[in-house]
Amino acid sequence: MNLMMLLEMATSGFGDRVAVKSGASSLTYSQLFEAAGTAAGEIASSGCKRMALLDVSSLAVPVGLFASAWAGVPFVPLNYRLTGTELETLVKEIAPSYLVTDADRGESLPKLSGTTVVTRERFLERATTGSTGEPSWPMDPDQIAILLFTSGTTGPPKAAVLRHKHLVSYILGSVEFASAAEDDTALVSVPPYHVAGMAAIASCVYAGRRIVQLPSFSAEAWLELARSERVTNAFVVPTMLARVIDALSGAASADLPHLRALSYGGGKMPQSVIEKAMKLFPDTHFTNAYGLTETSSTISLLGPDEHRAAAESHDPEIRRRLTSVGRPLPSVEVQIRDEAGKSLGPGERGEIFVRGEQVSGEYLGRRSTVDAEGWFPTRDSGSMDSEGYIFIEGRADDIIVRGGENMSPGEIEDVLLEHEAVADAAVVGIPDEQWGEAVAAAVVAKPGRSVSEEEIRRWVKDRLRSSRTPQRIDFREELPYNELGKLLRRKLRAEMLGEGT
Amino acid sequence: MAQLKAGTRMRSAVCATEVMVVAAPPDEVEVTCGGVPMIDIKGDPPAGVSLSPDAAEGTALGKRYVSEAGDLELLCTKPGEGSLGVGGTLLSLKEAKPLPSSD
Repeated sequence: MNLMMLLEMATSGFGDRVAVKSGASSLTYSQLFEAAGTAAGEIASSGCKRMALLDVSSLAVPVGLFASAWAGVPFVPLNYRLTGTELETLVKEIAPSYLVTDADRGESLPKLSGTTVVTRERFLERATTGSTGEPSWPMDPDQIAILLFTSGTTGPPKAAVLRHKHLVSYILGSVEFASAAEDDTALVSVPPYHVAGMAAIASCVYAGRRIVQLPSFSAEAWLELARSERVTNAFVVPTMLARVIDALSGAASADLPHLRALSYGGGKMPQSVIEKAMKLFPDTHFTNAYGLTETSSTISLLGPDEHRAAAESHDPEIRRRLTSVGRPLPSVEVQIRDEAGKSLGPGERGEIFVRGEQVSGEYLGRRSTVDAEGWFPTRDSGSMDSEGYIFIEGRADDIIVRGGENMSPGEIEDVLLEHEAVADAAVVGIPDEQWGEAVAAAVVAKPGRSVSEEEIRRWVKDRLRSSRTPQRIDFREELPYNELGKLLRRKLRAEMLGEGT
Repeated sequence: MAQLKAGTRMRSAVCATEVMVVAAPPDEVEVTCGGVPMIDIKGDPPAGVSLSPDAAEGTALGKRYVSEAGDLELLCTKPGEGSLGVGGTLLSLKEAKPLPSSD
């Protein structure tokens, strides 16, 4: 198995269709195939063992991904928002690498031995004008396709290992070959270093769906591109959707008549945001996708019909499914387990475990986290209802243990966010002599509004068990998020404890 | 007869068909295309074999074919004129239940 097999099939099935468009430039599937082969030759002759990409989305992303597969080296998209020192550590870890970057970044990079730096323009020029060797790539399913450094919200970045067998299994398990209509266009606005950015390329190529890249997200640019390119499909993280809704302020509808499907994932979607979105995009099908870097992207889906049924239902149990991440893919199994490893029943809370061909659960240079039966501990805590709908409560590491009682920050945060004067809220556990841990809340009031500590405590106490009432409440201007809208809980906790960062 | 595993690739001895094994039964089986045993993806077809008219409905790119028992599933990576079979029975086209696109 090799990712190149997917591109080869697309090339022979519909080679003249446009595969990817970035600004005014584009590549058909045949051109992408040729470029991958040519670039693979460049990588091979450089002697490098990995191809790294330190850049925003451009044609170099799909070319680099497939060229790496062709050359049999891992593709390593790096986070271009990292600082110089952080980046240096990662680049050293993956040396010797063939590193493609934009001209400015290339110049500011320190000279590192074992790193061949090539500008994006040069890389693409060579890939699209050079000669391509005989189509031939390693078929060992265990070869590494992609190394993705995880975002590091729980510690220093570590590289998740995705092998060809994981990614090809994911695509074969979730996408039907050539299933896209000829006018299907996907807007890709997540950066290449996010697993959703990688999965989007593989999924779209296999489905035959044209990709339009948005290198740098803003709600206005997203809306403009969606209109001008007649985008039919898009994936967004919750923060992006919230910004798009803000940018549409006051409009009765989003006026994107071509947008048939909008999927979202990569973080918790506030119920208020998805409800607003469904009103603003009345003709768009919504899909919630839950997945992790370590699982080659999506493992469960809440589909369009389930969104509609939940939104229209008066039964609170069914309406609540709008906040669920849906049911496992047919090719994946999910279990909720307690701390002793026992599988739990419907509604019981525990850690989410997943098993399937697409699941890697492996980090570079470390022992696999997958057990002997193939189960991967996601470190996400949650529950599953009687019909298999999964509800995520947050990271297992974020669970607050107060006097022997486990509580999830998400449960308390949901209640805080329902308060009309609260714009944003986060809950963390802080050390407490009496209870082991105490509940601490950081609250951001809406502009021009204020709310007292007493009011917050009463609000929570009226709605949840008294142990959930925050012992400490800090009012803040804003909460710390990473660039993809993921709350940096460790940073918040450190700030609340006065530890600095 | 051969023990197959997911990821194994084979080609037809009598037409252009190429497949990749998506799911394999635990026992050894003989997969045919056009009525003739399939060969290793890089292998050379034996002399004197020809497409059987009873197995000539063809394969289609990107389609999956399954055995009656459902334990063997093949993905067509290159189409051809032969039909796929196992143990003397032709495989049938697997009807896909489409999932909504998620990325």
